[in-house]
Amino acid sequence: MSGYTPTEMMTVAAARALKNEDVCFVGIGMPSAAANLARLTHAPDITLIYESGTLGTKPSVLPLSIGDGELCETALTTVPVPEMFRYWLQGGRISVGFLGGAQIDRFANLNTTVIGPYDQPHVRLPGGGGAPEIATSCGEIFIIMAQSRRSFVDRLDFITSFGHGEGGDNRARLGLKTKGPTRLITDMALFEPDPTTKEMIVTSLHAGVTREQVAEATGWPVRFADGVTDTPPPSATELQTLRDLQARTARAHATA
Amino acid sequence: MSRPLSLAEAVEAAVHDGDTVAMEGFTHLIPHAAGHEVIRQGRKHLTLIRMTPDLIYDQLIGMGCADKAVFSWGGNPGVGSLHRFRDAIQNGWPHPLQIEEHSHAAMANAYDAGAAGLPLAVLRGYVGTDLPGVNPNIRSIVCPFTGEVLAAVPSIRPDVAIIHAQRADRAGNVMLEGIVGVQKEAVLASKRAVVTVEEVVEDFGPRSPNAVILPAWTVTAIAVVPGGAYPSYAHGHYKRHNAFYKAWDAISKDRDSFLAWARENILEQGPELFAGLVEDLMEAAE
Repeated sequence: MSGYTPTEMMTVAAARALKNEDVCFVGIGMPSAAANLARLTHAPDITLIYESGTLGTKPSVLPLSIGDGELCETALTTVPVPEMFRYWLQGGRISVGFLGGAQIDRFANLNTTVIGPYDQPHVRLPGGGGAPEIATSCGEIFIIMAQSRRSFVDRLDFITSFGHGEGGDNRARLGLKTKGPTRLITDMALFEPDPTTKEMIVTSLHAGVTREQVAEATGWPVRFADGVTDTPPPSATELQTLRDLQARTARAHATA
Repeated sequence: MSRPLSLAEAVEAAVHDGDTVAMEGFTHLIPHAAGHEVIRQGRKHLTLIRMTPDLIYDQLIGMGCADKAVFSWGGNPGVGSLHRFRDAIQNGWPHPLQIEEHSHAAMANAYDAGAAGLPLAVLRGYVGTDLPGVNPNIRSIVCPFTGEVLAAVPSIRPDVAIIHAQRADRAGNVMLEGIVGVQKEAVLASKRAVVTVEEVVEDFGPRSPNAVILPAWTVTAIAVVPGGAYPSYAHGHYKRHNAFYKAWDAISKDRDSFLAWARENILEQGPELFAGLVEDLMEAAE
């Protein structure tokens, strides 16, 4: 199974999760690559929204920051940041929030704040940004993260963005009406929440990845769904579109 | 305020030791030249408010201007850490930095509330996160109509807001366009406002009736600093210098290399430096 990297497989699999009708609040980095790949392949009419206020944006290169000029120039409209968070996000207009993170636990809670104690951190991470409210206000949440024991942990040092909390009906008990994390896409596998416990379980393995390898890269005793499927490998079109996008991006960011 | 001041005069008139300062601009129009001037004037004990501290606060914190940072996302966008910010939090260098950490939604609401003259902002936020446990300014309030429990944060009401905009007219009105972030809210929430602009024009000319304009009487001081947002950008003028944002990672990683860079590029320079920095980034230059 050569010809593409695990990161390319992850990005392609993440792009496939998005639908043409979605209104997607896009995080920077891997979520942005996946969302734009979806727009450039099977979901040409998808509405992409970045927290800088750019609504319905169609960048030809991936932004380095959440507010590159490219996003504004290709947007249907650009609104002030308070309006973005108040009317569009909190107002319930977004169907999918697409997030990454530094650490995740089995219930898809995310940490992007600190490694170690908050007051004496071993590593101070950037923090929440838009994620804490994206996680609760969007209809559902997709998460894209490369898998390792350092990032897929048994216990988070800090909950920055709430997923399924302690599992079960934890979201409902906090008054949340949105679905929370429904898909976790990694460089090894696809995860979905168990319908009852809400623990993220493996539903599909990428080509060439074994259950043992997934277990080895997961900091909790990972569970597998009945009838785990094989993730279809990237098509030639998906791969070429992604590589073209990344080549354009690299050229653009090297010069400016 | 019809006569533009020099940047040094504008900053001197508005920014004092111990002030609470909001230098805003959401990725776009970040007032970097004004930040450099605050460093040159040796301001101390500032409380720095900004949704995304970005390179501008990395520099101010690394040069020892700040006692406290109020923020919601403290990274170098798309690159990684803000090393000076991290060094201050993790190691207390050059001195300890107190932090008050929020989410973007809360800060955007708090600026809005500040501009509206309210004491607090109310939002549906922070549900299930650990942030309220580490920030006593994140509290809750019960809706008197529905009984829903909502998050509450104090409004942001700085002593001074500093922003960068595309242009001012002769009368001192200020116009900005593109990603407009929270700048209007920051200016209207603050006691004083300093604006650096790319240019002064006779008249704004044809424009949308809904253009974002700050009337002259909302602004304390204007200084003309072409390129003043660099390495951030000014829509319609020059592009974001993404390559510099990447280079900042190495410059700022080490204390000595940061101090050498700051001496050469901030302390021994003036605002005229910025026009040269954006020459190759002009929109038409492509």
